[in-house]
Amino acid sequence: MSFFDVVFYLFAAITVIASTGVIVARNPVHAALCLVLAFCSGAGIWMLLEAEFLAIALVLVYVGAVMVLFLFVVMMLDINLVQLREGFWRWFPFGAALAGLMVFEMIWVLGSRQTADATIAVVHGADYSNTKELGRLIYTQYVYPFEIAAVILLVAMVAAIALTLRRRAGVKSQNIAEQVKVKKADRLRILSMKSEPKQ
Amino acid sequence: MMEWLEPVKTLLGPAWLPIWTILKIVLIIAPLMGAVAYLTLAERKVIGWMQIRIGPNRVGYFGLLQPLADGLKLFMKEIIIPSGSNKFLFVVAPVLTLMPALAAWAVVPFNAELVLSNANAGLLYILAMTSVGVYGVIIAGWASNSKYAFLGCLRSAAQIVSYEIAMGFALVTVLMAAQSLNLGEIVKGQQGHYGMLNWYFIPLFPMFVVYLISGVAETNRAPFDVAEGESEIVAGFHVEYSGMAFALFFLGEYANMILIGFLTSIMFLGGWLSPVSFLPDSILWMFAKVAFVLFLFLWFRATFPRYRYDQLMRLGWKVFIPVSIIWVVVVGAWMQTSYWLW
Amino acid sequence: MDKIKEFFKTFLLIELLKGMALTGRYMFARKITVQFPEEKTPQSFRFRGLHAQRRYANGEERCIGCKLCEAVCPALAIKIEVAERDDGTRRTTQYDIDLTKCIFCGFCEESCPVDAIVETRVFEYHGESREDLYYTKPMLLAVGAKHEAQIAKDRAADAKYR
Repeated sequence: MSFFDVVFYLFAAITVIASTGVIVARNPVHAALCLVLAFCSGAGIWMLLEAEFLAIALVLVYVGAVMVLFLFVVMMLDINLVQLREGFWRWFPFGAALAGLMVFEMIWVLGSRQTADATIAVVHGADYSNTKELGRLIYTQYVYPFEIAAVILLVAMVAAIALTLRRRAGVKSQNIAEQVKVKKADRLRILSMKSEPKQ
Repeated sequence: MMEWLEPVKTLLGPAWLPIWTILKIVLIIAPLMGAVAYLTLAERKVIGWMQIRIGPNRVGYFGLLQPLADGLKLFMKEIIIPSGSNKFLFVVAPVLTLMPALAAWAVVPFNAELVLSNANAGLLYILAMTSVGVYGVIIAGWASNSKYAFLGCLRSAAQIVSYEIAMGFALVTVLMAAQSLNLGEIVKGQQGHYGMLNWYFIPLFPMFVVYLISGVAETNRAPFDVAEGESEIVAGFHVEYSGMAFALFFLGEYANMILIGFLTSIMFLGGWLSPVSFLPDSILWMFAKVAFVLFLFLWFRATFPRYRYDQLMRLGWKVFIPVSIIWVVVVGAWMQTSYWLW
Repeated sequence: MDKIKEFFKTFLLIELLKGMALTGRYMFARKITVQFPEEKTPQSFRFRGLHAQRRYANGEERCIGCKLCEAVCPALAIKIEVAERDDGTRRTTQYDIDLTKCIFCGFCEESCPVDAIVETRVFEYHGESREDLYYTKPMLLAVGAKHEAQIAKDRAADAKYR
């Protein structure tokens, strides 16, 4: 077993353990942090595959932004665990079936001949840049799917904002732009007054 | 250049590479820690001078031993773990603050040869590492089980997420101009016959300002230190920390400051390149530029009052992000014309 | 037109630069710090510091145990016990000032008919526990004996205003 394999199995083990932690952990914050760990070690595995752009993007976007916002929300929740566990046995068969289906799918995909035969052992030179290759593919061969995906995401984002935006009457809020715009002359009037005579 | 190391290399055999790498890491981290220690002294001195005070001058000549005295004091103090806290996360949080702050140094070039890892996606790596740094703050705030710490961590999370976007766009303009993600290449892209006129801070001046201000916000420094906000939420996320655990937060913050200083000088101020063409390029220019940026950090702190929280969010979302997106487009269009001289 | 001017003013960060210029100038200003143990600021002769009990030139203690100071003390920091001495005069057997309570208002000094309790210029005293800051009669007399020259000079300087 080479050093490479050792690192791979280390990352893989951490990923599996952390992912298990996500579902097992009782505390939602612990679960979210486990997910962060899983993302990080997943990024490590991608790094081993020389997909450094994807690995860093995973850390940057999911760990650095999405999970931060997720934690932000989860931390403020006060979850009643008893209430959460009430329907456990009722929904257990459904969940188990779903899990079984996923395991079957993964065995099917990973065990099929195409993926099993594909030995991924393309060693690139030192000047190979995964980022550049990815960019080239995205902006030439897959430019339309890429742009369409981007537009769909944009529409979804605008829609989400439009759905959550509501103006309620009677809400007191500050208009910072107006506060910033205020000049000395708007608030302060300097009068020149005669001094009163001495008594 | 390293011929004299050959006998050692053969002696150690395969163990040579890890040992050599660790040695290089130590060679970066140790001076960095020294710089952090003396940055705290510089900060107290400079802010003192700006407030017509003298600053620390009792420990050692000119106060030069003050950082050591502070370090010793923090080292001797007890680390108090609150009984209501989540003990594991409470202890892990300071480590999580310091770790990304140090890990980011792996790709920072000091001059054309001196770099630990000349990674192609260096800029992205740095961006990823600085964004991971917020976890220390969030976990510290949550694990402390204290109102003030929690408020501090929420503020910090929101602030870092919002300023990272503007910062990212500022970096996008840099990599458009340099056409590379490699930090060494970015510096080389600023080479030319006109000295400092070739540096990117001239065509990308608005982005330079946006990056500098976002950098102050990312490191939670005044006037963006709402996460600590001692006048509102006592000390924010690290209220409950003491002794060495507190010192780690401190180290992380200052290491991040120095990192931002390095990045600003690499991306906008020409790194190790000389500002005038008749002087040779040298690592000393790099240090001088970093010192200048760090001085700006201290100057900001001595000058500006803390931002109100809503103003801070407005600045990030409604000013910086539009400005930086507009400038990305402007730079893109400008680069297509023949007037792009960089 | 004004609006455009304002717009550029905010975006060029003029006001922030003005602020930075101010602090930048002050960085080179003469420092006003007084380096305490070596340098000291001047004190008034009315300075109200550590308390002292005075004696007359013949060695007789001034305090006659009238308890005016105890009565006037707003912080209730003074405790006095009085007894008749062998020669028939009234003297204190106990005169304690709790310096942790004292607010250094100077009322005791003001109320004293014989200038027995005074506040000196001493302010650099300390104690490692609360007990150390509970001054008893012998301690107060010792302070008085030590600083009598200064105390007398200060009283003389203040005399014409009283």
